[in-house]
Amino acid sequence: MSSEVRFTDFKSDKQPTWCPGCGDFGTMNGMMKALAETGNDPDNTFVVAGIGCSGKIGTFMHSYALHGVHGRALPVGTGVKLANPDLEVMVAGGDGDGYSIGAGHFVHAVRRNVDMSYIVMDNRIYGLTKGQASPTSREDFETSTTPEGPKQPPVNPLALALSAGGTFIAQSFSTDAQRHAEIVRKAIEHDGFGFVNVFSPCVTFNDVDTYDYFRDSIVDLEDEGHDPTDYDAAKEKILDADKEYQGVIYQNENSVPYHELHGLDQNMSEIPDGAPEGAMDLVREFY
Amino acid sequence: MPEDLNWAIGGEAGDGIDSTGKIFAQALSRAGRHVYTSKDFASRIRGGYTAYKIRTGVERVESVVDRLDILVALTERTIDENMDELHEGSVIIYDGERTEMADVEVPEGMIGLDVPLQSLAEDAGGAIMQNVVALGAACEATNFPIENLDSALEKKFGSKGESIVENNKEAARLGQEYVQEEFDHDFDYDLETTDNDYVLLNGDEAIGMGAIAAGCRFYSGYPITPATDVMEYLSGRIEQFGGEVVQAEDELSAINMALGAARAGARSMTATSGPGIDLMTETFGLIAQSETPLVICDVMRSGPSTGMPTKQEQGDLNMTLYGGHGEIPRFVVTPTNVGECFQKTVEAFNLAEKYQTPVFLVSDLSMAVTEQTFEPEVFDMDAVEIERGKVVDEDEIEAWTDEQGRFQPHFPTADGISPRAFPGTAGGAHMSTGLEHNALGRRTEDTEIRVEQVDKRNQKVKTAEEEEDWSPREFGDADADNLVISWGSNEGPMREAIEYLDEEGVSVRFLSVPYIFPRPDLSEDIEAADNVIVVECNETGQFANLLERDALTRLDRVNKYNGVRFKADELAEEIQNKLSQEVQA
Repeated sequence: MSSEVRFTDFKSDKQPTWCPGCGDFGTMNGMMKALAETGNDPDNTFVVAGIGCSGKIGTFMHSYALHGVHGRALPVGTGVKLANPDLEVMVAGGDGDGYSIGAGHFVHAVRRNVDMSYIVMDNRIYGLTKGQASPTSREDFETSTTPEGPKQPPVNPLALALSAGGTFIAQSFSTDAQRHAEIVRKAIEHDGFGFVNVFSPCVTFNDVDTYDYFRDSIVDLEDEGHDPTDYDAAKEKILDADKEYQGVIYQNENSVPYHELHGLDQNMSEIPDGAPEGAMDLVREFY
Repeated sequence: MPEDLNWAIGGEAGDGIDSTGKIFAQALSRAGRHVYTSKDFASRIRGGYTAYKIRTGVERVESVVDRLDILVALTERTIDENMDELHEGSVIIYDGERTEMADVEVPEGMIGLDVPLQSLAEDAGGAIMQNVVALGAACEATNFPIENLDSALEKKFGSKGESIVENNKEAARLGQEYVQEEFDHDFDYDLETTDNDYVLLNGDEAIGMGAIAAGCRFYSGYPITPATDVMEYLSGRIEQFGGEVVQAEDELSAINMALGAARAGARSMTATSGPGIDLMTETFGLIAQSETPLVICDVMRSGPSTGMPTKQEQGDLNMTLYGGHGEIPRFVVTPTNVGECFQKTVEAFNLAEKYQTPVFLVSDLSMAVTEQTFEPEVFDMDAVEIERGKVVDEDEIEAWTDEQGRFQPHFPTADGISPRAFPGTAGGAHMSTGLEHNALGRRTEDTEIRVEQVDKRNQKVKTAEEEEDWSPREFGDADADNLVISWGSNEGPMREAIEYLDEEGVSVRFLSVPYIFPRPDLSEDIEAADNVIVVECNETGQFANLLERDALTRLDRVNKYNGVRFKADELAEEIQNKLSQEVQA
């Protein structure tokens, strides 16, 4: 780790294959910037992603990374971090990956409070499978599989996180580059599970939740003088379905991450050449 | 045939059957006797019939048999359930004062010991010790020195304080004395003691111990019968060695967490049973495609679906061999007894890391819940060797980088095994993916690279086929015309069945196979024999089918799938029947 690390060091030499104008470009740039700013380098960073447009991120970044199966990125990240607490672990996902197929894992990752960051590129649509409804799609949003809309209200990921005992809950807009990077940086710096839902518009399939829509409707919590350590205030903002907020909504300053709580400070990759010292005691137990 | 004694305690689930049985098993083991235990249990917490059975001998015992000599019956149903195995001279210990036992009639020819278990226990300090009173009575009925029971009671209750230990000893003594005084009887049974030192443990515990010995530091799992004991063993122990057990929210999470830990460089494992393996299947391909070393333990039970969760079956072989879409290079290792559960677990970790593949460690219910005695040398920690395979450090990275200085974690080497850099290694940053990829780990659909990478991954298995020893173990008469082959936990009953068959003048060569894939080539052995029988606990003969494919010949089968493990005497009879059918044909 050195101060010489620049955010471009996290860029791979592979050109992103996202659609031109995709919100994920900005989301990723902010992630790289935040990683560099927090003193990480590609060799101590592990990025995990699942499936979908968001899942491609590991290809376009340069770090240790795993591109896994749909919806399971958080368990992978949990395993990585617990096995080696020295690594900076960042999990990236999409709204389908995180709030649909992976919703169960999301809730449990939040409550486990492992010290990693989880960045969700929320475009409110399934992009890579060409335009079906996602769990965050509006109730009346017409898509190829939901010609009359999903007929069910969208998931509120922030509320899910709060109810599961989230210790860091934030939202950002990928195009607001500086603010987005700053929010991700705070998620990385947070001692515990840093969750950021990022509005990351899909220019190809979503003509409702567009850049213009977010630009017009976003309210920055800093401008509102919101205190993220105030749980009740956070709850109120999170349950306010009429507004799109940006900023750190809730942060528990007393958060103690899983590995600290349970005394895990070893890099588990280091093991002896034979059975560990004291292993004979395991046999003696059975006399 | 070992001079053996068969003892059981039965009652309702919740009566403390398991812990009482285990105390007696431990007393026997500490007295230098061999022990093999089995459990009859249903999938419920309280109520319903449950029993803990012990077969014990001075010589090794490796199976259950259809005979019960001493039965501690806490309920009337216990006697009914075991009627087939009771015989003339069997001793039944029961408490006639218990209302539910008031109508008990001890069958003619059997010896009923009506012992007021509950009131004697109260005399000793509490009704809760009634099972221990019964153990004392059992000591008297088997001429087993009660001091050995004392020592097991000390081990069991030592942490609860001296008075608890003393009360329990007293309870046992009251039971013993009651039988001495009230029943003027010479018992036929004689549990002699020896100076041998044995350890007593079950298959799940042996797997957990093997994992720690092998340097496993991360375990994630989801509770499921009968694999949970692996997790329970590791919880509270692995931490002493710098590791962690995580109870995941489901099996999908469990296997992916284990995968994450493995990618971070930890030796990592998950264990489950049939329904859980189904859920984990999604990730099998990712493990293979990303070339991550992972040990996946399947402790089989009766299927399909939820089947019979507390009953024996070996029905998941095809699942572990073929589970997952596409073609997945893997290893399937199947320990054949409790001691081997330890050794094969160590081996599974080495195979996983040397070849960077998923390794399926396949056990079954009858091994998982069976406590068996072993010489402690079977669990020789000094013999454990850790082989981590081609792990490269920052000085070695350069040898594996391309002309642009990028590390190539999937470099197609001649043996198929690529360099591995643990995260944190300078210069080694790379991505792994379930997508088809090039040497750098980057996605590709290039037809040539696709073929190159598929071949590379499969080459690892071919390399292993050549480099590792996949031999079966052999028992019985090497020159016999009759060949019996089995895998997994059938080894124990089959070894004893050989002796039964021998008494009948039938000689048998027996091959016990601890590897399913890769597996030993038994074609020549099969061709050389007149009769070949494959023994397994399933209906379709999943292993027999594989061997038929290898040897291009039809094999006889003995299959059992009623949920109960093979018994040595029953197995001998089945094999004899099969052989006589051969002769008639």
